[in-house]
Amino acid sequence: MAEHQEHADEHGQAYYVKIWAVLLVLLIVSILGPILAPYMEVGFLKAWMITLMTAFGIAVVKAYLVAANFMHLKIEKRYISYLLATMLMLMLLFFAGVAPDVMKHEGQNWQNVAAQTEVERALEAEGAAAAHGEHAGEHPGGEH
Amino acid sequence: MSSMTKPIATTRSATGIPTGKLAVWWVVGSEIVIFGGLLASYVMHRLGHPEWAEYASHTNTWFGGANTFVLLTSSLFAVLAHHAAEHGDGKKAAKWLLGTCAGGFVFLCIKAVEWTIEIQHGYTITANGFWSFYYTAAGIHALHVIAGCIIMLIIARQAWKGKELQRVELIGIYWHFVDIVWIFLFPLLYIAK
Repeated sequence: MAEHQEHADEHGQAYYVKIWAVLLVLLIVSILGPILAPYMEVGFLKAWMITLMTAFGIAVVKAYLVAANFMHLKIEKRYISYLLATMLMLMLLFFAGVAPDVMKHEGQNWQNVAAQTEVERALEAEGAAAAHGEHAGEHPGGEH
Repeated sequence: MSSMTKPIATTRSATGIPTGKLAVWWVVGSEIVIFGGLLASYVMHRLGHPEWAEYASHTNTWFGGANTFVLLTSSLFAVLAHHAAEHGDGKKAAKWLLGTCAGGFVFLCIKAVEWTIEIQHGYTITANGFWSFYYTAAGIHALHVIAGCIIMLIIARQAWKGKELQRVELIGIYWHFVDIVWIFLFPLLYIAK
């Protein structure tokens, strides 16, 4: 606790405001990144890579800044970070276990007919709507 | 137990961390799995369904961006409340907590306007898989904002009287976590189009 007190005093309010300002700059970059991405393509650097980097790369940096400085994980007992990291690993384990079934719609001995039909139907509807200058997917039940 | 004495667990800190704070860390740990599972499911579906790109293109980045700004700012207020509480200034801590709460309220107002517009355009929770995830993820997040605001008002009242100042930090940790969840929801639902 004493160590905590010293640390907070050393930083003070100005420090927190500074972190907040950095977070805002990152927010602006993450909004502008995908908008400007098509104009920033250089060589192997494609627009979708810039979008991914500015959107998710920056989200990770922002989350780190908030956790380390606002939640004080930096000066918290180390095992709390391990606890949180373990939970994140469980999330990744879940993803690794389930994602193949959801992301793939067919394998050697199986086929996800429902998913395949839906993808086909929706893409067709989107194509048709684009031809008519409308938005697809608003009324999948065909209300209008 | 009389009203003057506290349960032993409240004052004990065998783990090196005050029990209340450790409890909040456990809450955050279990919330990671709740939101993590939901967001991981969203990501795998999004990657497996090329047609969702079109659905996702109808979310409004400016609403999402404005709400990110509001939550980041409310997080700053929460940490300033903690700073004031650490210096024993309960009244100042209470004021910052009210500021944080106001941030939560503005967030919910923006969300209400945004959802009203979207629902009027036919983008309801049953429209398709994307919008189901959109309303579920943002809705559970909004419930956390509401819960945080209620707890914050209770703690602000106590802090104003100079009581239980350690709780200011605890609600702060929770609030920052809710902020972090939004930091990930924002690119997932609004930016990646």
